[in-house]
Amino acid sequence: MIYFDAAATSFLKPPAVKEAVLQAFDTLGSPGRGGHPLSLAAGRAVFRCRAQLAALFGLADPARVCFAYNATDALSTAIFGLFSPADHVITTALEHNSVLRPLYALEDQGMGLTVLPADRKGRISYEDLPAALRRNTRAVVCTHASNVTGNGLDLARIGAFCRENGLLFVVDASQSAGVLDIDMQAQNIAALCFTGHKGLFGPQGTGGLCVAPGVDIRPRRVGGSGVHSFDRHHPGDYPERLEAGTLNATGIAGLSAGLDFIEQTGLAAIRAREDALARRFYLGIRSLPGVVIYGDMDAPLRTAVVAMNLAGEDAGAVADALAEDYGICTRAGAHCAPRMHEALGTVGQGIVRFSFSYFNTEDEVDTAVQALRALAGT
Amino acid sequence: MLRKKEPRVVATFRTTTAAMQTEQAARSQAVPGRLIPVPREITAGCGLAWSAPPEAEDALRALFDRIGVAPQDIHHLTI
Repeated sequence: MIYFDAAATSFLKPPAVKEAVLQAFDTLGSPGRGGHPLSLAAGRAVFRCRAQLAALFGLADPARVCFAYNATDALSTAIFGLFSPADHVITTALEHNSVLRPLYALEDQGMGLTVLPADRKGRISYEDLPAALRRNTRAVVCTHASNVTGNGLDLARIGAFCRENGLLFVVDASQSAGVLDIDMQAQNIAALCFTGHKGLFGPQGTGGLCVAPGVDIRPRRVGGSGVHSFDRHHPGDYPERLEAGTLNATGIAGLSAGLDFIEQTGLAAIRAREDALARRFYLGIRSLPGVVIYGDMDAPLRTAVVAMNLAGEDAGAVADALAEDYGICTRAGAHCAPRMHEALGTVGQGIVRFSFSYFNTEDEVDTAVQALRALAGT
Repeated sequence: MLRKKEPRVVATFRTTTAAMQTEQAARSQAVPGRLIPVPREITAGCGLAWSAPPEAEDALRALFDRIGVAPQDIHHLTI
């Protein structure tokens, strides 16, 4: 089996991640719940991971790293916890439903929403930002990189726009954490939402949001916290403020091992490796008859995604042939990004998405190129 | 039989994260003490407290200043 679906989940992981999860089952109790050695060990493991994430994302205080189930959960927490029907928010057509649906839900309650359009290559125009401003604009909410095309957004530029106009900047780093550079302070990010199981190599069910100093997010869930037991209200201090119930300490231990790998390897080396594999694939298929590539492949800020179709063939049929006849895993369909597909003109056909991992090989890429050559009839 | 009671400096915290941050820093900077369940004589937000020998109080307070952790309270107890 050849796995080219890293943008969905990091099936290919450093072996230490699995080992850390297994070890956690033997060594960790409930984090923040009691003072016995197993509980303390879990608390230490969770705190270690917070500190790693804070360092990776340029956040000074590890206590402002709040764990969640995944990026969707973190984005809902940030969006519902920051905005109200009286506000106006700016977003983009690149977004995943994890951003769009909470915003739509608030729009249904009266919140103003402006979606910056994308062109046929899936690019927004940053010049559209000032015209989107209203007197009640509270924030820009956007992805760091499209999960369909792999094209990135310039966080420093949007963050500077937010700073100049007194807006909050909420970022969906689902596709970029562990690959692209993120610095919450330099990029003026108020809330950074991430998942643990993609570029950070952790297990599914891990993720969270990093909250900048001075940003107050209303909790969506309240309940058990391990602290302030006699208080009627959920604790107001981060991270407990946004964490109700027992954390996924075993998963977080695995995420910590994934972050160790990233620290040891370096973001630049991971990015270079993945870019090289994606580029090799792109160059191998772009001239095949009937192949259509989506997105801006020459843009400087990209993740290792190649979005393609084969003539007018249904994307699902192509992905099915790749899986059944060649053992190649890709993701076909709409990728939970409806507005991006509208911009690219692929609502009916869908797109076959190849997404590459640091752990893929050149031979695997070449096998996929040959498979597409055969499917293209050459 | 429980251990014999002795004087301790006990710092409490508002969050578990602050307790963990204190333990990590104390270990790396050789400040004595350990995390314990909060004694019944006092109340605190977090169920964990840092218990240290009385002579380590100055070092503990200096540690809090260095790492930017504000303890909820610092008590002197015989526990």
